[in-house]
Amino acid sequence: MCLAVPGKIISLKNSNAEVDFSGVRRAVSLDLVPDAKKNDYVLVHAGFAIQVLDPKEAEETLKLFKEIYATTGGDAYSGELGHNNP
Amino acid sequence: MKTASPAERFSSPLWRDKALAASALAEMTGLAAQAAALKGGSVNFMEVCGTHTMAIAASGMRRLFPKELRMLSGPGCPVCVTSQGDIDRVLALAAVPGVIITTFGDMLKVKGSKGLDLHAMRERGSDVRVVYSPLDAVALAQAEPGRQVVFIGVGFETTAPVIGGAVARAKKLGLKNFSSTAFFKLVPPALELLLSDPENRIHGFMLPGHVSAIIGLEPYKFVAEKYKVPCVVTGFEPLDILTGINMLLRQVVSGKPSVEDEYFRVVHAAGNPVAQKLLSEVFTVTAASWRAIGTVKATGLGFSRVYAGFDAIKRFKIPYEDAPEPKGCRCGAILLGKALPPDCPLFGKACTPSSAVGPCMVSSEGACAAWFKYGG
Repeated sequence: MCLAVPGKIISLKNSNAEVDFSGVRRAVSLDLVPDAKKNDYVLVHAGFAIQVLDPKEAEETLKLFKEIYATTGGDAYSGELGHNNP
Repeated sequence: MKTASPAERFSSPLWRDKALAASALAEMTGLAAQAAALKGGSVNFMEVCGTHTMAIAASGMRRLFPKELRMLSGPGCPVCVTSQGDIDRVLALAAVPGVIITTFGDMLKVKGSKGLDLHAMRERGSDVRVVYSPLDAVALAQAEPGRQVVFIGVGFETTAPVIGGAVARAKKLGLKNFSSTAFFKLVPPALELLLSDPENRIHGFMLPGHVSAIIGLEPYKFVAEKYKVPCVVTGFEPLDILTGINMLLRQVVSGKPSVEDEYFRVVHAAGNPVAQKLLSEVFTVTAASWRAIGTVKATGLGFSRVYAGFDAIKRFKIPYEDAPEPKGCRCGAILLGKALPPDCPLFGKACTPSSAVGPCMVSSEGACAAWFKYGG
């Protein structure tokens, strides 16, 4: 139930935004993230954005994973484990 | 690797990369052996969030964990922790003539003490509607001024501000026909409940990512400081979870428990102060009724005095009565980390997702549902 999904703010009017989730668009309230702007990424739970996301921090996490775990050289990608956004 | 667009960074296949996961698991095997030697047996970590339970099960990683590691599912599935007495109150609300019940889908099939659920109430003529957001329920109240619309509010600190936001909007709109239940539970007091049990054998908590996005890191400090139990706020992708476990194991091995944040792309130390302020305006800390634990003071949120008029329980004068757990059901022990789903005599026999006895099998995030669907 605490599932939350990242999306991008396409447009906003007052505290109501239209957010794009990989092609699917929905109305989202920005009441809990009043500083969010157009083109920001937000984490959305049950119709409300609950946090503004910084793509750089996501990239930093991925970089960290590669540094910690990649023991072989080159591109370690060899397939996916599990599901997308379970 | 080609440069990813910002959106791709959140959905990159790297979050689920097999080679990186294999390397993470290799590290885990070494760490788990060291940690188990220190603990004199298995290492028991608890994932407190139902979304983690589901993510762990769906990835299939449980079967790859080192034999010393046991992941227990905690009291983090909102439907599962809601007491039988509160489920009965939800059903009583649905029986009020003319009321429209709005709810998240998870609540539809949780049975009350008389064997009925909201789905059955609908078949008997109650108007029960599943909504995506509590704002949909507010919009419905605007569209149907002659009907009372009740939202069934259950959940933790992630969901409470969202429902609080909807209630605040209803107040601003002056809606007299909207109300909600406030059966909210708080995660830090739940951890304290678990830890204060002398029989608990929890060596670390994988803390909920989205609850922490709201409350931040400070409220968990007592777990590491008072109880000396490691904590890692963890994301929901397979590599997040493997890394979160490794961080917990490293804390066990080093003997230095602390509150760490693996999910820093979402969770910041201060949490979301706007949501925290809203929570303190709309709600107040109150006693909450937990399945299998009972009513415990200061473990939940109820409506504040200013918003008391939006409390559906008060508006429709629904009494609370203690009700027994379904016979034979071990949901309670499972929620407390004292049993795993296959330890229940009903699991997979009398209790399956299509004919569930207890809420841990009903909820899509319940430990039993996850175990049944994906295997242990």
